Amino acid sequence: MAITEEDVKHVAKLAKLEISDKGIAQFTKQMDAIIDMVEQLDELDTENVPVTVHGLRTYNVMREDKAVPGTDRELLFKNVKTEKDGLIKVPAIMENGEAGA
Amino acid sequence: MNFETVIGLEVHVELKTDSKMFSPAPAHFGAEPNTNTNVIDWGYPGVLPVINKGAIEFGMKAALALNCEISTDTKFDRKNYFYPDNPKAYQISQFDQPIGHDGWIEVEVEGKKKKIRIERVHLEEDAGKNTHGTDGYSYVDLNRQGTPLIEIVSEADMRSPEEAYAYLEAIKQIIQYTGVSDVKMEEGSMRCDANISIRPIGQEKFGTKTELKNLNSFNFVRRGLAFEEKRQEKVLLSGGVIQQETRRYDEATGDTLLMRVKEGSSDYRYFPEPDLPNIVIDQKWIDRVKETIPEMPKDRRIRYISELGLPEYDAMVLTATKEMSDFFEGTLANGADAKQASNWLMGEVSAYLNSEKLELHDTQLTTENLAGMINLIADGTISSKIAKKVFRELILKGGDAQGVVEANGWVQLSDPAKLLPIINDILDKNEQSIEDFKNGKDRAVGFLVGQIMKATKGQANPGVVNKLLNDELSKR
Repeated sequence: MAITEEDVKHVAKLAKLEISDKGIAQFTKQMDAIIDMVEQLDELDTENVPVTVHGLRTYNVMREDKAVPGTDRELLFKNVKTEKDGLIKVPAIMENGEAGA
Repeated sequence: MNFETVIGLEVHVELKTDSKMFSPAPAHFGAEPNTNTNVIDWGYPGVLPVINKGAIEFGMKAALALNCEISTDTKFDRKNYFYPDNPKAYQISQFDQPIGHDGWIEVEVEGKKKKIRIERVHLEEDAGKNTHGTDGYSYVDLNRQGTPLIEIVSEADMRSPEEAYAYLEAIKQIIQYTGVSDVKMEEGSMRCDANISIRPIGQEKFGTKTELKNLNSFNFVRRGLAFEEKRQEKVLLSGGVIQQETRRYDEATGDTLLMRVKEGSSDYRYFPEPDLPNIVIDQKWIDRVKETIPEMPKDRRIRYISELGLPEYDAMVLTATKEMSDFFEGTLANGADAKQASNWLMGEVSAYLNSEKLELHDTQLTTENLAGMINLIADGTISSKIAKKVFRELILKGGDAQGVVEANGWVQLSDPAKLLPIINDILDKNEQSIEDFKNGKDRAVGFLVGQIMKATKGQANPGVVNKLLNDELSKR
């Protein structure tokens, strides 16, 4: 599978990365090489092998639904650059409007 | 050209768990900003999420109530996107193995019943709350970050905005009965996005769909869809093409406005969440959860009609909420007649709750005291007129009906020996009415009964009064 410059630009956009034209050419080459390496796995016959979705053979690791109080806000806010009235102040991002969920 | 509308809905429901989906911080609504959070919600490096068993069971419960198959092998996936309300830069969701799939519910529009299929029900975590200021900044509260949600995805089975409305009402009712969520759109514990396309009648292939967002009430969903089906029709009839895009409903104008051209699902770069092992669900676990699901409104309605002999209308009103339906059944369990209990709950009780904007549990009315009052009417201890006074006492102050009646001296006057002197006294004072009666004016009787009721402060038994009055009148 050949990675194109368009692919790199697209992924950079999704990752909100700014990459120079020179960088695009360089990353295209490098990502292509990485994909090539991973594609060696295609040589294996995985026809009847279920997809591995987790590295450990454990399952149903759960906790009971019991709340413990949140961490002290002052403590958490030590890593907040700007705040206002207990809210985290960030530059407004409206371009994609996606509010998750 | 005539078009057919095709609608599918995605409904998010916030689960009423004690703690969050993957962190033990409280999942409670209305706390001070950023106080119900911890390092997991903030996506600090090196933290490990752990699955909340309660959220899994709530998800199963909702899925089962929506007639879904439960996936015996299920897992979580990362959905990647950048936004300040989501500090991890990914949302933990379920991609290809949702907890529930292939369900259905029944809706009714203009007396016609229709099955709407449900494609899937999956679990995920909610994002924080972003408030955009007018100063170029956003203000983030992460209290909601990590709160468990289920997303209910319907098949594209709805054919009109009215069907979409009925579907939402049915979903809300079913989820509310399961008790896993408050399902209040105004508080954001129920949210809806709508996909809509149109196609020429007779065409099998779906048209290009648009997605509507910012639908903050059932009415907005209906209005937004009605606007959008007209807009798409205009575009197609003028030779244009529909673009796959996300549109925002504008509450002020009722229009839909372009928000963005849709990102493909692959742009979210879903992959299995490596921090969370799989969930395996066996039949025993499913059965255990099934047992906690109360009887659904549809089944209750059938029972109210066939076993209790109630009209269909009563059955609909009484099952509107689980609280009302449970209250009705409790009143019956305390010995009240079904139709009488229904009349009181649909009449006086509902009128009071609506005017005061209260729920049953906010009042002092209990199934015991309501049943007690209904029985006092049935055995003639109080008149239905007095009952209205008793009712106000019970709903405001509580207590038992018999006690309220006795304390206020409201026992109905049925004894002829006590009523006769009062009746004759009234007759003596109203010669003109007797005259009128003899001249065939029936109104005179009504007037006299009114006077007797007034003299007895409404406590006279109307049936006994009527009989005695007629006897006395004929004697004069």
